[in-house]
Amino acid sequence: MRGWQLASFALFFGLWELAGRWPVSAAFPPFSAAFLALVEMLRDGSLLKAYLITLQPLALGIVLCAVAGIGFGIGMGLSRSVEWLSLPIFIILQAAPMAAIIPLITYVYGIGLTSKVLAVIMLAAPVIVMNSYKGIRNTPPSLLQMCRSFQGTRRQEVMKIVLPHAAGLIFTGLRLGLAMGFIGIVIAELLITPTGIGDLITYNSSVADYPKMFAAIASIVALAASALYLLERLERRWFP
Amino acid sequence: MIVEVKGVRKTYDNGVEALRDVDLSFPKGQLSTLLGPSGCGKTTLLKIIAGLIPKNGGEVLVNGKAVHGPGPERAFVFQDFALLPWADVLRNVGFGLELRGVERKKRDEVARKYIAEVGLKGFEHRYPAQLSGGMRQRVGLARALTVDADIILMDEPFSSVDEQTRRKFQEDLLDLLRHHQKTVIFVTHSIEEAAYLSDQIALLSPRPGRVSKIVRPAVDRSKSPDEIRRDRGYLDTVDEIWGILRQYV
Repeated sequence: MRGWQLASFALFFGLWELAGRWPVSAAFPPFSAAFLALVEMLRDGSLLKAYLITLQPLALGIVLCAVAGIGFGIGMGLSRSVEWLSLPIFIILQAAPMAAIIPLITYVYGIGLTSKVLAVIMLAAPVIVMNSYKGIRNTPPSLLQMCRSFQGTRRQEVMKIVLPHAAGLIFTGLRLGLAMGFIGIVIAELLITPTGIGDLITYNSSVADYPKMFAAIASIVALAASALYLLERLERRWFP
Repeated sequence: MIVEVKGVRKTYDNGVEALRDVDLSFPKGQLSTLLGPSGCGKTTLLKIIAGLIPKNGGEVLVNGKAVHGPGPERAFVFQDFALLPWADVLRNVGFGLELRGVERKKRDEVARKYIAEVGLKGFEHRYPAQLSGGMRQRVGLARALTVDADIILMDEPFSSVDEQTRRKFQEDLLDLLRHHQKTVIFVTHSIEEAAYLSDQIALLSPRPGRVSKIVRPAVDRSKSPDEIRRDRGYLDTVDEIWGILRQYV
């Protein structure tokens, strides 16, 4: 398994190198050039600086979603009236094309941190809320009957059966929410004002430093992929 | 009579009439079976006796008092086992006591005792996913026994257990319940199972469920399991029940 994974990476980077040398386009650098650009950006600290800026709204947005979103989802799962009030909002949010709404956020909240955090929240919240909600709602009815047959109280039912049962799906929601958050933050940094990693991409593209531009893009893809991979491993261990 | 059902009616929200004017009584310390084809409302009746689903009319008396919900004198064994997948055998068996606020040490002690009685000693720290269907149902049975209810209600407890395991389980069940002098109400669609286990068999007709006949198998219980299965009374009971049920099939 390990071997095949390595081989697949080698093949991918090999093809990239070939395509860059052929060349496919003057704007397409070979893998080696992009890799060297990445090392250079690591050494002069520009990459680290960019990520410090990018990860701030991402972390803020995800933490806010985790607290409020899970709370909302659980509330919707447990109470019909909370469900009636808020389910439509999250269904609409889930279906809405975010790129079209981001200019609206900018119009109201300006180009600062608030707008970027909001962009992350609007993308990440629906999946976090919906997963928590479904986790609660999908409690097997026979477990609930079992609890009642032993005269369990509603509180015991929620604490000992409903919440532990939902924990796995809630965690999955957080992982998918983080994936959406990565999309949100990059869209925000490209559409609102170029900052952080979005700035590295747009700036290097505008001065035609394509190796650096590709290095920046590859780095955010790699970061998102490894963060999500790690969370999936944790999920498998905690909720088999 | 420890449990009496008087004129119980049940119509589901979708208009299906599950039970119409069911009258039944269950003698103390005996094993009674509710037997009938699928859709005859036998599980519905059992869950109404358990207080898990509401009835539309009539009453259920336990020890002479009308009951409207679950109570400590009744314990339920579920068809799909209803075990907590995230809890090990020990916690699952002690879960009824946990819900009643019994402290950890005490309930583990009681749970260990019943785990041993149902033959699962050594499996205390396994999880339900690591057990076979038969073992899971033994966990469900042990959990029902821990709370020391007089009445054990069992909803097709062997339906997800394979044939070989089932026979052994049935024999163990008879021993265990006789030993603890429990009153058992048991739902099944297997004629052989009913005739083999029961002191009293209530045959239900389908849609709407009504009691069509009460059979008391004349089986000598002092014999060994293999002898019982060749016993004249046992075979006659099976034939008699089949004669009644075939008209519904």
